[in-house]
Amino acid sequence: MTLHDTSLDIRAMDPKKLIAGATGNWEIICGLEVHAQVTSKSKLFSGASTAFGAEPNSHVSLVDAAMPGMLPVINGECVAQAVRTGLGLNAQINHRSTFDRKNYFYPDLPQGYQISQFKSPIVGEGEVIVDVTAAEQIIVRIERLHLEQDAGKSLHDQSPNLSFVDLNRSGVALMEIVSKPDIRSAEEARAYVTKLRTIMRYLGTCDGNMEEGSLRADVNVSVRRPGEPLGTRCEIKNVNSIRFIGQAIEVEARRQIEILEDGGKIDQETRLFDPGRGETRAMRSKEEAHDYRYFPDPDLLPLEFDDAFVEGLRAGLPELPDMKKARFMRDYGLASYDAGVLVAERESADYFEAVADGHDAKTAANWVINELFGRLNKEGKTIATSPVKAEQLGAIVEMISSSEISGKIAKDLFEIVWTEGGDPRQIVADRGMTQVTDSGAIEAAVNAIIEANPDKVAQAIAKPTMLGWFVGQVMKQTGGKANPQAVNDLLKAKLGI
Amino acid sequence: MSVDQATVRKIAHLARIAVSEAEIPHLQNELNSMLHFVEALASVDVEGVEPMTSVMPMALRIRADVVNDGEMAALVTRNAPQSEDHFFLVPKVVE
Repeated sequence: MTLHDTSLDIRAMDPKKLIAGATGNWEIICGLEVHAQVTSKSKLFSGASTAFGAEPNSHVSLVDAAMPGMLPVINGECVAQAVRTGLGLNAQINHRSTFDRKNYFYPDLPQGYQISQFKSPIVGEGEVIVDVTAAEQIIVRIERLHLEQDAGKSLHDQSPNLSFVDLNRSGVALMEIVSKPDIRSAEEARAYVTKLRTIMRYLGTCDGNMEEGSLRADVNVSVRRPGEPLGTRCEIKNVNSIRFIGQAIEVEARRQIEILEDGGKIDQETRLFDPGRGETRAMRSKEEAHDYRYFPDPDLLPLEFDDAFVEGLRAGLPELPDMKKARFMRDYGLASYDAGVLVAERESADYFEAVADGHDAKTAANWVINELFGRLNKEGKTIATSPVKAEQLGAIVEMISSSEISGKIAKDLFEIVWTEGGDPRQIVADRGMTQVTDSGAIEAAVNAIIEANPDKVAQAIAKPTMLGWFVGQVMKQTGGKANPQAVNDLLKAKLGI
Repeated sequence: MSVDQATVRKIAHLARIAVSEAEIPHLQNELNSMLHFVEALASVDVEGVEPMTSVMPMALRIRADVVNDGEMAALVTRNAPQSEDHFFLVPKVVE
């Protein structure tokens, strides 16, 4: 599907986004068609299962296999999922939409056509707010979202002269989400798809699992000299990871720039991205690829629903990432970037809120983002499989806030809880990890160090930055349990600096 | 409206129907007489009538999201000219 309105160009040229060619700078113009698998138990028009990884052709009904006389009956939950997604994209919901047949031949398309929504999609224009970096936010406008059937899967590596066809995916519901050409770099494209995936995961409308093919994109790329009219675009089909989407845009833009700078012209064509070679190449069977001869599907009546249906779904929506982020900034006083990191996954946001419950939110955010996420990444774990549960980290955060333990001890404690588990309070009590705030004990340690090091005392009075050495010695003497601020204050008083 | 011979060849190719050169003039005549017949519809006054995909005065039937079909791989592949482990086997198609 290529429905970009190329006359619309809302974004001002940003010199930072330009890429340098041999003869000057170029601007990338990109729009994406994201195919997201709808989360549902059964297929869009049949009662066969959508579960991944089944035996070949087991999740196939006679409808999915396109046996003569079979008729499609629409799955109401798939309709609801499309509407929820539309609401999550702040998009217009169309109370009446229709289904069309998109005709082409391929062995994994037994009907000889895909049921799609060409003329009247279920969802119209919307927009997505995308954080590209900590400092840059863009808006990507949505052209439309429509429902369609997925095709089956062909395996080409099982035999030298045969392809093996499995129709388990045939008829699974997809949402095709078409953006306007509002994307200006590979980085923006990655951030946009990541945001779409976050929104759909919050909504529970697509699991966004790229390994299982739940999210794929067709990428439209053209280049132009800044300020000039839009160039001819190429469509790169079926790119199946966020990283590859970025790579495909970069190499395709480079290819086009090279051709144009050599005085050539771009042919509008469909291409494939080859991640192994890091290049795009023209599809072999392109000649009539776009002659799909759409026409209304006579097997399906128009899809119509009323406002009550839409409002019922709206009322059931969860708090979405943008709202949650705003609330985290407002209620917890978090910085935009930290809030963005925490809301990227619903599970992370829930975990953070559990840690912050009743404790200092900034300390909680800091520990979740730096210590916990760092450690989870390092060990390939997720929030769900984290050995440190939210209530345990909450207890650690509380002990830090109340100065019961120092930051240094807290890291040791986190390590113990990570590897051994247990109640952090109990561990601190059992192992004598409590921070020494008792000024008598600290004073004794300070006095001992001062008495033992008269030469250093003289140096410190001459050069107050030497104080750090004394703090270190006192911390060592107290096993890291002294409150560093208390040590600092006491040393300054004793040494008169 | 009428079709020329090139259009007949193109339609045949899109439909993956093998048509010999000798058959083309005959098919062209057949298609054009069908188009001529359908053109009678153009005389109907449709002023103010919404384009429709169906004339049935009924709503689209909607199914609940339950798994109640499939799990019949042997049946589904039974008529396949060639199959193995319940895969359909077809001449190699690689893009």
